[in-house]
Amino acid sequence: MAHSIYDAVSTAPPAEGPEMELPPHAHSFIGKYVFCQDAKVIAIQYAITATAIGLVALALSIVMRLQLGFPDSFSLIDPSNYLQAVSMHGMIMVVYLLTALFLGGFGNYLIPLMVGARDMVFPWLNMMSFWIYLLAVLVLVASFFAPGGPTGGGWTLYPPQVVSPGTPGVGGGIILMLVSLGLFIIGFTMGGLNYVVTVLQARTRGMTLMRMPLTVWGIFMATVLALLAFPALFVAALMMLLDHTIGTSFFLPSMLNLGEQSEHSGGSPLLFQHLFWFFGHPEVYIVALPAFGIVSDLIATHARRNIFGYRMMVWAIIAIGALSFVVWAHHMYVSGMNPYFGFLFATTTLIIAVPTAIKVYNWVLTLWRGNIRLTVPMLFAIGFIFTFVNGGLTGLFLGNVTVDVPLSDTYFVVAHFHMVMAVAPIMVIFGAIYHWYPKITGRMFNETAGKIHFWMTFLGTYAIYYPMHYIGFEGVPRRYYAYGETAFISDSVQTLNAFITIAAIVVAVTQILFIFNLVWSWLYGDEADPNPWKATTLEWQTPHNPPQHGNFGPELPVVYRWPYDYSVPGAKDDFIPQNVPPEQVEMLPGYAPAAKS
Amino acid sequence: MNQVPATSALQPGVSGLTSDFASDQSAFKKVPWGKAMMWIFLLSDTFVFACFLISYMTARASTTVDWPNASIVFGLHVGETNVPLLLIAIMTFVLISSSGTMALAVKYGYEKNRSKTATLLVLTALLGATFVGMQAFEWTKLISEGVRPWGNPWGAPQFGAAFFMITGFHGTHVTIGVIFLIVMATKVIRGALDDQRPGFLTGRKGRYEMVETLGLYWHFVDLVWVFIFAFFYLW
Repeated sequence: MAHSIYDAVSTAPPAEGPEMELPPHAHSFIGKYVFCQDAKVIAIQYAITATAIGLVALALSIVMRLQLGFPDSFSLIDPSNYLQAVSMHGMIMVVYLLTALFLGGFGNYLIPLMVGARDMVFPWLNMMSFWIYLLAVLVLVASFFAPGGPTGGGWTLYPPQVVSPGTPGVGGGIILMLVSLGLFIIGFTMGGLNYVVTVLQARTRGMTLMRMPLTVWGIFMATVLALLAFPALFVAALMMLLDHTIGTSFFLPSMLNLGEQSEHSGGSPLLFQHLFWFFGHPEVYIVALPAFGIVSDLIATHARRNIFGYRMMVWAIIAIGALSFVVWAHHMYVSGMNPYFGFLFATTTLIIAVPTAIKVYNWVLTLWRGNIRLTVPMLFAIGFIFTFVNGGLTGLFLGNVTVDVPLSDTYFVVAHFHMVMAVAPIMVIFGAIYHWYPKITGRMFNETAGKIHFWMTFLGTYAIYYPMHYIGFEGVPRRYYAYGETAFISDSVQTLNAFITIAAIVVAVTQILFIFNLVWSWLYGDEADPNPWKATTLEWQTPHNPPQHGNFGPELPVVYRWPYDYSVPGAKDDFIPQNVPPEQVEMLPGYAPAAKS
Repeated sequence: MNQVPATSALQPGVSGLTSDFASDQSAFKKVPWGKAMMWIFLLSDTFVFACFLISYMTARASTTVDWPNASIVFGLHVGETNVPLLLIAIMTFVLISSSGTMALAVKYGYEKNRSKTATLLVLTALLGATFVGMQAFEWTKLISEGVRPWGNPWGAPQFGAAFFMITGFHGTHVTIGVIFLIVMATKVIRGALDDQRPGFLTGRKGRYEMVETLGLYWHFVDLVWVFIFAFFYLW
């Protein structure tokens, strides 16, 4: 029914339970900004910590690129440093930046506001979640200063290499890495339980599950995945820690190390890979699902159009979440596992492309004939569709065993996963930060700087990762410090590598502009309108901007409609917030609603 | 504000199920937040123990050397005869009994019978501590017989590794449970749950639901033990 206000009812169901008991308002500086139980402050703490450690990972990627682009020009980068940079870049970006920023940052800020709750259900546990995360980050940072430096065994931490003599960081680095991961998982579980229970049990009146913004759906499902996937990493990390410290043999077979017989026997390196990727593949969707959700809201809001196929979008999120647990071994086609597994996992991998494709079509169809406003968040949202489709299509190559085997461990894989789960989610993170910046800070960012940031980042990442596909097709293996004289690698590869490095440096420097824009606007920016994008969701309808402790003033909002009532025919404004009852919607004079069919 | 009665007749089939689940404020009607959170945590913890046990099964199924014979290794000498699984039978009996006392504590908690609730909580804690004590005894016995995480006199080195890791992890769960049982018993004795006194750390008001939430955890630890028992001692 295109001509009716979607799903709106004039009555609200009765309240189902007593109101949330909030911890008392904090008055001291420490209570308000340091040991604070307010989800919004915790969100900002998470975001700042994640961004800080993410900048370290960004710097590490430049170290890598300098060596690859201009080999032997930088005496500071030796093979060990290079491998350590590769490993720590990957681990920090995937776990400590993307997971923490999407779930700890956006999850904490947006879930209570968007579902109409005053806070997370257990604020104290939520606060502890952040402090344990911070501890995990500090332990991770400590590994840089451990004797021998951080681990250099790759972010996947494959045994036996990562704990064998000769690998960088085999002394203290790997131990601190594993301890840090364990802490991260404990901290995350505390937060994750909060997010899930808040979504399930603490919504405001009228906010049914099928009226939640897709942002909340994405973050919710990603949290469920994380709660079920991180246990595998926790177990794997614990077992590897025992292998390395007290000499068990879970993952380590008996072998010769630097000419000496090792003390281990009978362990299975494959077992680690299975455990790791049982975590590792859902992890891709832990990062991607919040991005899917957020980008849906960005597109609908800035194209002034209801999201195409809302129910299908929700079911696609659920289907992707469920399927993501049965595709993990497509990371292991060349690991030596039973080849029949490859057949099974190739099939499931291609099936998961179906709900993903549904989502992409729906984004594009939402844009179709929309009243598109090319604001900074919208630019990033459109940029996301491009990079995600790109990375998704190369995923179809790599999902098939026969195509994957020659491409395994080449730069094609690097290009694929950076496009699909690094650049694409980061695009959404940038878009989301710009989108909610006026709500979080109460001030407007500088639009011009934002647009420069978008174009430099978007074009820059293409300049980085497009050539990598070609390098990968040539068969250039990844994670190598130097290639020397190799017959199958043509000379042009070196030229491309130098080009990629320059592009990477440009993109990295552009991020300084982004951070400067955020800080400068927070201090000196113009005061923002409480609802600058004319959005419908509840976080834009708060009585204060930025929202205060308790979010919604004395009365919680009541929800009467779905979150996508944009450009409703006959309505005076081109958006109707979720908490406006149908009888209060201003209609254009003389508008006659179409008869209900 | 107009208020409508609860949803009219549900549609049959899956759509009715989802619309009921997705309707208004809470997906699980009348379930307190703490209880919902405990259930979800236990689901996550199930995955932890499942990963442990599957890893153990993989190691055991793929080892090329003999696996130690459970009925001999875990036997206990009574006089001259070796009684297989004697200690473990007692341990299991103790832990399962503690589930019973816990369930009674929950019942009396909801009846606001302070003395009986506190007594049963203390009894549960004692049974839990007894279990951990017997586990310590079993560890000592195995260690004195030469079982180490990196090897043992009878066969595959993964035996000691998996045994100590998994029973140790489970024992840690029991120990944490015992600590919380003692804390909860103290709260009950002081009347903190009747007065809804705020907690020391979390600042949340005390309620007798908390006894049930703790009970969920305790029953879960019990249930996990059944699986560990089956996979280590009976296989």
